[in-house]
Amino acid sequence: MQRETLINIIVLALLVLFPLWAWQADEPFMITLATRAVILALAGVGLNLALGLGGMVSFGHAVFFGVGGYAMGILASHAQSYEPIFEWPFLFEGSKFMPLIWLVAILSSGLAALAIGALSLRTSGVYFIMITLAFGQMFFYFTISWPAYGGEDGLSVYVRNGFPGLNTLDPIQFYGICLAILAIVLFAMSRLARSSFGLALSAARQNEERVQAVGIGVFRLRLMAFTISGAITGLAGALFADLNRFVSPVMFSWQTSGEIMIFVILGGVGRLYGPVIGAVLFIVLEHELGGLSEYWHIYLGALLLGVVLFARGGLIGVLAGREVAHD
Amino acid sequence: MSLLLFIEQVLNGLQFGVMLFLMAAGLTLIFGVMGLINLAHGSLYMIGAFAAAAVSAATGSFLLGLAASLAAAAAAGALIEVVVIRRLYDKDHLDQVLATFALILIFSEGTRWVFGSFPLYLDVPSYLAGSVTLPGGIEYPLYRLAIIAIGLLVAAGLFALIAWTRIGIQIRAGESDREMIAVLGVNISALYTIVFALGAALAGFAGALIGAIQSVQVGMGEPVLILAFVVIVIGGIGSIKGALVGAILVGLTDTLGRTLLPVAFDTFMTASAANAVGSALASMSIYILMAVLLVFKPTGLFGSA
Amino acid sequence: MTEPILDIRNISKSFGALRASNDVSLDLRPGEIHALIGPNGAGKSTLIKQIAGNLRPDAGAVWFNGRDVTELDTVARARAGLGRTFQISSLAMEMTVLQNVVLGAMGHRTGPFRFFRPVMKDRALLAPAMQALEQVGLEEFATTRTADLSHGQRRQLEVAVALTLSPRVFLMDEPMAGLGAEGSHRLMGFLDELRQQAPILLVEHDMDAVFALADRISVLVYGQIIATGSADEIRANPEVRSAYLGEEEDA
Repeated sequence: MQRETLINIIVLALLVLFPLWAWQADEPFMITLATRAVILALAGVGLNLALGLGGMVSFGHAVFFGVGGYAMGILASHAQSYEPIFEWPFLFEGSKFMPLIWLVAILSSGLAALAIGALSLRTSGVYFIMITLAFGQMFFYFTISWPAYGGEDGLSVYVRNGFPGLNTLDPIQFYGICLAILAIVLFAMSRLARSSFGLALSAARQNEERVQAVGIGVFRLRLMAFTISGAITGLAGALFADLNRFVSPVMFSWQTSGEIMIFVILGGVGRLYGPVIGAVLFIVLEHELGGLSEYWHIYLGALLLGVVLFARGGLIGVLAGREVAHD
Repeated sequence: MSLLLFIEQVLNGLQFGVMLFLMAAGLTLIFGVMGLINLAHGSLYMIGAFAAAAVSAATGSFLLGLAASLAAAAAAGALIEVVVIRRLYDKDHLDQVLATFALILIFSEGTRWVFGSFPLYLDVPSYLAGSVTLPGGIEYPLYRLAIIAIGLLVAAGLFALIAWTRIGIQIRAGESDREMIAVLGVNISALYTIVFALGAALAGFAGALIGAIQSVQVGMGEPVLILAFVVIVIGGIGSIKGALVGAILVGLTDTLGRTLLPVAFDTFMTASAANAVGSALASMSIYILMAVLLVFKPTGLFGSA
Repeated sequence: MTEPILDIRNISKSFGALRASNDVSLDLRPGEIHALIGPNGAGKSTLIKQIAGNLRPDAGAVWFNGRDVTELDTVARARAGLGRTFQISSLAMEMTVLQNVVLGAMGHRTGPFRFFRPVMKDRALLAPAMQALEQVGLEEFATTRTADLSHGQRRQLEVAVALTLSPRVFLMDEPMAGLGAEGSHRLMGFLDELRQQAPILLVEHDMDAVFALADRISVLVYGQIIATGSADEIRANPEVRSAYLGEEEDA
């Protein structure tokens, strides 16, 4: 456990120091890369709650990532075109205000997770995997065929949304916002994992029958976890959209679901910092291998295969030992 | 909408359905016998299509292309079964998903590396080109009709294989009780390789047949794979009969939804709005079908546990 | 005579042609150990599942604490006060021993929907959890990973988790299974006292334990209760002897 904590601290320090170095060295592209890593890590942290702690193998988390992204896209595009989203019960013209966008992203993706979870959690095992995957495709094709917000071409937002007191167009300041959110969510997750809810959820993953026998309903427990999980991934989607100033149906694609899953696995399933390390590793590989070869996904695939077959604990597992830390 | 157009769409739905069945049959067999969820099934579909396109372009023979699709997909299937898949049988579903996802990455990028990013084209052979006039005066492409016939023939062959042959008995025994096939003195690891290669061949064959209608390109397999998942979830995982019923259901729902829904909305909306809402809903129709079904039968139409 | 807390009234359950429970009636009164015995395949597991709420009977009713609970699931019955131990230890194996009992205490007291406070520092849950561990003699293993416990210790932990629920009734499915002579003996002494806290419906293969402990014994054969009575009555019952005990003594 000490070693895992040490690794976590090193990772966090790197996430603070590396962009500061890039800022000093005037390397804005490096800051953007780091921002991508932090946002994708947040998406992974969301999935890790369902997958790692709750044992729900969701292959549809792109839905929540996409819903969060489109929440930002729709709010901001209305604000920039001055066409109200709705006029009743009050006039709402969209928004370029980040905190409101985040709130809408969290609520809408949480709601989507609640609905999808309520249906999908009636099943388990392979059915659950396939159904979450299918719901992802459902949203994917819906956004492609729904013309109002760009359809297949996606939707551009010309100016990054604002945050009071900060210049969000400055890469390092936007990075700071993203890192602060990641840190807050990580802290909340570390508390959640140790709370009554975390204990019950983890127990339900290990032994459903046991949890029911002490009078705790497993369905509601999992649905709650799935909803929170989706909401966090949705928040990441809103930030991702703001980073790119662009949303498109690709955010909903099954490859996105697969990639979010890869972050969790590469780092280590069920570890608090697993998705963070996984996302950083993914970005580093994409950058380094992508520079070496156009076909870097082959190496990514080989690495993933190696992790699954030979190093189930992910990178943290290799560095800190197999055992997931206990209190 | 005229009745003729409707019948034509029904035929299109059937054609789509039998294609899905070829994919779904392999997936559901592999899950039923080995308990494995195989995302790389779409890659085998792609491999079949590429093999057919490459060989028929080189030889000028569509039939040789089809044979090549079967051989290449079966060989690729057997290869990954021996090298990777058999290490996954006793792992959990998450590992299976990830490892086979990794295989998709490797196959997709590998194919892009070999064939490049531009799509290949596979031509419908001259003897299947053109259209035929069906009773009632419907003009329908001969090739699509041939696909329906071939698909149904393969389905019949598969049912016969499972019902009457030695390997079919072993497959059924494996589905109901894994320990029993060991008692029967079956070489399990050979049986698994054969079942996997059979499923792969079916997928590759489907890829080749469809390759003559659509373009042959990297990434063509996964949308079909996911639809095949929907099919076996609807039919009940492990059931070949469920796969057939589910495939036809999904094929018809999707095809008819795309033509009928915009028309239906047209009756009480403006044409453009009806088109938008209708096509958006149509693209979701099979998933809505699946969700509704699961509310009532969480293990699918013919699923057991 | 005191009212039964648990009252199984004429329940039947069939699987196809097999009648796993055939018009079974059985009750449990305060302060007693009522043992259910029967040869393998007699339908004990099916009966237990219907009492615990995993299976719905085709006919008949389960009354618990003056209320018809036939339609309730396992979760609701556990909340109503049914403390169950499983035939095959059913525990969260990656968690510590203490976490398993805290889980039980949480289920009974606060419920799982608390998201921020560390549960392993919650005195209101730790106290009953530790007490349950002490009662079964596992307190020194509190921080051990459950998977590292011996088979016998897991059986004890099963009982401890049931204790944290402060149940009104214990439903114990072969708690002695796989225990050595010493372990069985200790558990017998424990159950002997436990019946004062809440009555026990005990399904058990260990005949010595059953005859030493039980106030009443019911014999289930082919899904039917063929006799209910005291240990002496059951021993003397010719039907039971031919159907069941005879074979058991030969074995």
